[in-house]
Amino acid sequence: MHALVQGIILGILTAGVYALMASGQTLIFGIMKVVNLAQGAMVILAAYLSYQLFASFGIDPFLAIPITTAALFVVGVLVELLFLRPLRKEDRSELSLLVTFAVALLLEGIMSVVWSTNVRSINTTYADASWTVFGYQITLVRLWAFLLSLAALGGLYLLLNRTRFGRAVRASVQNPESARLLGVQASRISAIGFGIGAATAAAAGSVFGLLYPFNSGSHYDLISKLLSIVLLGGLGSIGGAVVGAGIISVSSAVVASTVSPIWSDMTFFIVLLLVLLVRPRGLFGASARGAI
Amino acid sequence: MNRLKRMGPTRAVVFFAVLAALPSMNLAHWVLNMLVFTLMYAVMSSAWNLVGGMAGYPSLGHAAFFGIGAYTVGIWFQHHGIHSGYEPFLILPFVGLAAALVGIPVAAISMRTRSDVFAIVTITLLFVVQTLAFNLRSLTGGAQGLSIPAAPFSTATYERPFYDVLLVLLAVAMGLTWGAMRSKIGLSLAAVRADEDKAVGIGVRVQGVKLLAFAVSVGLTAMVGGLWAYYEGFVYPQFAVDPLITIAIVLMTFLGGRGTVWGPVLGAFILELAQQYFAYSLGGSQFYLIAYALVFLVVMLLMPRGIVPSIQERLRMRRRRRAAAAPPAEDSAPPGLPSPHPVTAAAGLGAASGQGGH
Repeated sequence: MHALVQGIILGILTAGVYALMASGQTLIFGIMKVVNLAQGAMVILAAYLSYQLFASFGIDPFLAIPITTAALFVVGVLVELLFLRPLRKEDRSELSLLVTFAVALLLEGIMSVVWSTNVRSINTTYADASWTVFGYQITLVRLWAFLLSLAALGGLYLLLNRTRFGRAVRASVQNPESARLLGVQASRISAIGFGIGAATAAAAGSVFGLLYPFNSGSHYDLISKLLSIVLLGGLGSIGGAVVGAGIISVSSAVVASTVSPIWSDMTFFIVLLLVLLVRPRGLFGASARGAI
Repeated sequence: MNRLKRMGPTRAVVFFAVLAALPSMNLAHWVLNMLVFTLMYAVMSSAWNLVGGMAGYPSLGHAAFFGIGAYTVGIWFQHHGIHSGYEPFLILPFVGLAAALVGIPVAAISMRTRSDVFAIVTITLLFVVQTLAFNLRSLTGGAQGLSIPAAPFSTATYERPFYDVLLVLLAVAMGLTWGAMRSKIGLSLAAVRADEDKAVGIGVRVQGVKLLAFAVSVGLTAMVGGLWAYYEGFVYPQFAVDPLITIAIVLMTFLGGRGTVWGPVLGAFILELAQQYFAYSLGGSQFYLIAYALVFLVVMLLMPRGIVPSIQERLRMRRRRRAAAAPPAEDSAPPGLPSPHPVTAAAGLGAASGQGGH
């Protein structure tokens, strides 16, 4: 029983960070119908940036987030302009999968040249601090990471629902043709949308670097988890990504703490297949057109 | 036109005759070794093409089935000794069958909606299989891997049996592609690729053909994996289940031209040589990765249709121009449409594809 509750607590705290990464990915899909396989690599790139900022200038990873999000926003816009925009419309969805896979490899290659493939971790003074509540251990860093992710998700929600830009994004997700007719510049929305997707990866990445040791190959572990979350929630649905992150993190953590960590990596795949068996488009996947 | 139609089988006979003759030409071991790897990738690209190219469902998880094949052979060797050295080749068909059985339920669930979902589920499967290979120590040996007794072939002609088996597999893969393109199956797959909803509407059994293409495709891939394990003599998880294998197969198919018989093979021959060059000249794996990713991006952006379709298009344009210049004589088929299939071609490929069955 104790292990079960501990697993649930850990799962919920972890879910926040994954929800943030996955919301960026699902936003990109919603806007452009592109499955961004480089999302995991962007998270790791941000983790390396905060590692470097911490190691060279002593900047705390939480405070480095504005810097890493800005940097990754630029990276995201560049990827869209250089590699995705030139694709022809008729085979864009198929080719974009492969192009973003190649971008992931490119980023991995660059990261292993710059930082080598040794495992890095960001060792702050508070890395090991934890509270014990009713006998359950809560790591402080995880709690902060969770709260920060909630704040970032809230910011994303406000951006999409309270700003002119957000309205344009939602319009082009729901009906690209009408949005264009009403004067929404689809190409600009795509570039900025991809940038924002990458920026959420950056915010999550700074936190990820605090929570886990990582190297340039870590994005492979991340991407399969992120894709499962996005698919489980329904491609293009941010709310779905949050729910999906909750389901997958909690079930993995519970299996890890009650059965064995070996099977926890398998859990999310089984959960994913079960959900797809019942709901082929995921929990909140729109049947015809996207909705955020 | 008739001359062009006959060219396919002739080309196949010449191609396979040259390949079959190569090992007896006293080539150095490193050349033969390179040819073995090139053939492996040619078989796997042709296999990937069946589902990724013809049906338009890009699988990103084929490396998982390569790994499943490799581990099946590795585990088989934990319980069986080695006698003549040819037993592993005989169990390869069963390895392929086993992999197809593993793949079918996953594909059946993920192929119901659209290709994005399929691509995501297959790439997730790849990483799940990789994690399992590391973690199920009692079965896979974990990070230590499995070692396989060396094949008792004489060192002078060590590569020969592997090479010959791969040649047969390549003939089967190409023959199946060729046969499928000339049958109702190929037509159904093309319909799925062009517009699946309409294909359902006109009564194509989409799920059936998609699953068939997938099962054959992963079965062949697993057979190559099994052969690779025996050839290398070890199975390490990071090499047996490697995302780069998926990338290589997909890139080769796209470079040569998906949906064609020769494209994937051509792509494999070009890229495997380039890959060896990068691996040797750039040394460390990091620059190699960057170079590979850049080649990939350039191919996708500049030549998304591949070499073979681009050449075909050019030939067709030339023929059309010539037909426009000279008054039409005997050829009445409009050159823009795919020509009906020649049944006359029984040589070479036809015989080889008979082995695999359709």
